[in-house]
Amino acid sequence: MLEIKNLHATVGGKGILKGLDLKVGAGEVHAIMGPNGSGKSTLSYVLSGRDGYDVTEGEVLYQGKNLLDMEPEARAGAGVFLAFQYPVEIPGVPNTTFLREAVNAVRKFRGEPTLDPMAFLKLLRIKIKELGITDDLIKRAVNVGFSGGEKKRNEILQMALLDPALAILDETDSGLDIDALKTVADGVNALRAPDRSVLVITHYQRLLDYIVPDHVHVLAHGRIVRSGGKELAQELEKTGYAAFTGQAA
Amino acid sequence: MSQMPATAENILERFAPGAALADAPALPWLEDLRAGARQRFAAAGLPTPRLESWKYTNLRPLEKLEFAPWAQEQVSIDRLPSLLPQGQSTQRLVFVNGRFREDLSALGALPDGVRAGSLADALAKDKSGALADTLGRIAGEDGNQPMLDLNTAMMSDGFLLHLEAGVRLEWPIEVIYLGAAPRGPQAFHPRSLMVLEEDSRAIVVEHHDGIGGNAGGAYFANHACEIRVGADAQLRHYKVQAEDTAAIHLSNLHAEVRGGGLYDAFTLTRGARLSRCEASVALAAPGAECHLNGIYMLRGEQHCDNTTRIDHLAPETASREVFKGVLDERARGVFQGKVVVHQDAQKSDGHQLSKVLLLSDTAEMDAKPELEIYADDVKCSHGATAGDMDPEALFYLRARGIPEETARHMLIEAFLSDTINGLAAEGLCPALLSSVGHWLSDAADGGAS
Repeated sequence: MLEIKNLHATVGGKGILKGLDLKVGAGEVHAIMGPNGSGKSTLSYVLSGRDGYDVTEGEVLYQGKNLLDMEPEARAGAGVFLAFQYPVEIPGVPNTTFLREAVNAVRKFRGEPTLDPMAFLKLLRIKIKELGITDDLIKRAVNVGFSGGEKKRNEILQMALLDPALAILDETDSGLDIDALKTVADGVNALRAPDRSVLVITHYQRLLDYIVPDHVHVLAHGRIVRSGGKELAQELEKTGYAAFTGQAA
Repeated sequence: MSQMPATAENILERFAPGAALADAPALPWLEDLRAGARQRFAAAGLPTPRLESWKYTNLRPLEKLEFAPWAQEQVSIDRLPSLLPQGQSTQRLVFVNGRFREDLSALGALPDGVRAGSLADALAKDKSGALADTLGRIAGEDGNQPMLDLNTAMMSDGFLLHLEAGVRLEWPIEVIYLGAAPRGPQAFHPRSLMVLEEDSRAIVVEHHDGIGGNAGGAYFANHACEIRVGADAQLRHYKVQAEDTAAIHLSNLHAEVRGGGLYDAFTLTRGARLSRCEASVALAAPGAECHLNGIYMLRGEQHCDNTTRIDHLAPETASREVFKGVLDERARGVFQGKVVVHQDAQKSDGHQLSKVLLLSDTAEMDAKPELEIYADDVKCSHGATAGDMDPEALFYLRARGIPEETARHMLIEAFLSDTINGLAAEGLCPALLSSVGHWLSDAADGGAS
């Protein structure tokens, strides 16, 4: 599904990722844990194609294709989804319009017929019911005036609608109360399937109680410094990151 | 082509050929009004950037035009650019090159106490001199408005609306001004007058457009408009300026709002190579309110100037002003907004905002907000921003599969739409939003509209 080889990336000329290797197989859930400043968000932005993140070395293969050559919209079309750590507020664009545009854009990429507004609304009703999202949230402008929890639920709604093959969750747990955390986790778990992979990027182990990963990696100073099973997350919770940051320096 | 020196007399002559109210009756008061305006214009000439209020807008392109004799073009018009849904546009007045065209207009039945039609007709029938109290009087003569003077000197015809006290019009009145210059540049000076007596209500939708194709071309529309909104009356005045891109559009509006009255104005500008809309509103008695809002979308070498002045003359008066622009290529926008809160205007409320989205490095915006406050207990604010499209929002949309161009269009529409969505004319908002959509898709086709 995803293969990252010796990835080096800079932001504003400053090296952040320094030789990151990672292999995510189809159907697997991987967690990347690391302290602040270790390069977690940079990794998610490099994978989704944001401007200002320059890859200086290495490659990323997604379903055998060079992901880094693709425009952000083409990556989304090909099935890569990033749940943002800080979802962007877009005044003036109704959430429903945005969601419909996104779904139809992605359907076009995949050679599927686009949905008319009625058909889309039907699909949307089903998904918001499953995720416990209120009608009010889809009528308002995209993320405008949403609470932290509402923004994250909206990310999960987008994920459910866009039906990605690879979902990357960038600190989706930050700022969530326990109910919202469960909703988010349920949304992700519902997506788990043999042909889908999930990359959970997080600082804390808490989310991994609900989304149980197959593999856990520790990211420090721009590299994966240790990999293991789900028990690694618990270990980190006890020992903290100090040992790894020391080890990598 | 011979280059005439652009003296004021020359300009008057150049604009003269048949353009004025040739068939107007000899009304002494009107003769005086026009003669005075003619004199003032001859003395002042066309405004130049040396004048503070014309610092950012240069009328040199106007000096270069050689106007052909005025012609009432008998062009056939198979599709009027109506902005209102079928069935709502029962009152539609059409003016071609500044003259009323009854044959193109639709004049449905109006309730008692409403007069809507051609100013020239009304003047021809005005035996009692009733128009002498308003025409030219609302705008006044401060000697500092040459383009208004030129209009007064040369005025041809225009829209007249009079509502008696208590009359409320249910449907909007649509006024369509078309420009055509098939045989050389044309100049015309439409003059409108809207008087709403106490507690009356109307919605007026103005549409300025070129006939298009070969019949379009370089014409100069020099509008002036006088408005009186009586006590507790409401006028909603919505304007779309979509002139031919070779045209020059100037307009000069004066409104007086009496106690408890509301003047609600909105202008969408996307046409003309050069345009300037000047509006001056006097909030004359307690509780008077005005909204001056507008959006403009420009590209190529287009230049658009919105210059406004609001005078809070009485206590508890309120004004709201929001202008939003989208500038692409080498377009230039100007916003000059002056709000004067006079000494007596305690507890007044004035808010002004200018926001501009710059789509290219060569687009330019000049914004000059001015607040003059002589009362001590008021709430006033102003703000002006100009910037690029939000890269975070753009990336967010693209990360959801939305192609870059579609994402840009969505963000531009979002930027403009909240100004449109507040308009109180049912059916007009979709037409205006689709006007925004057309403007955007013109860019995608690679050609200016």
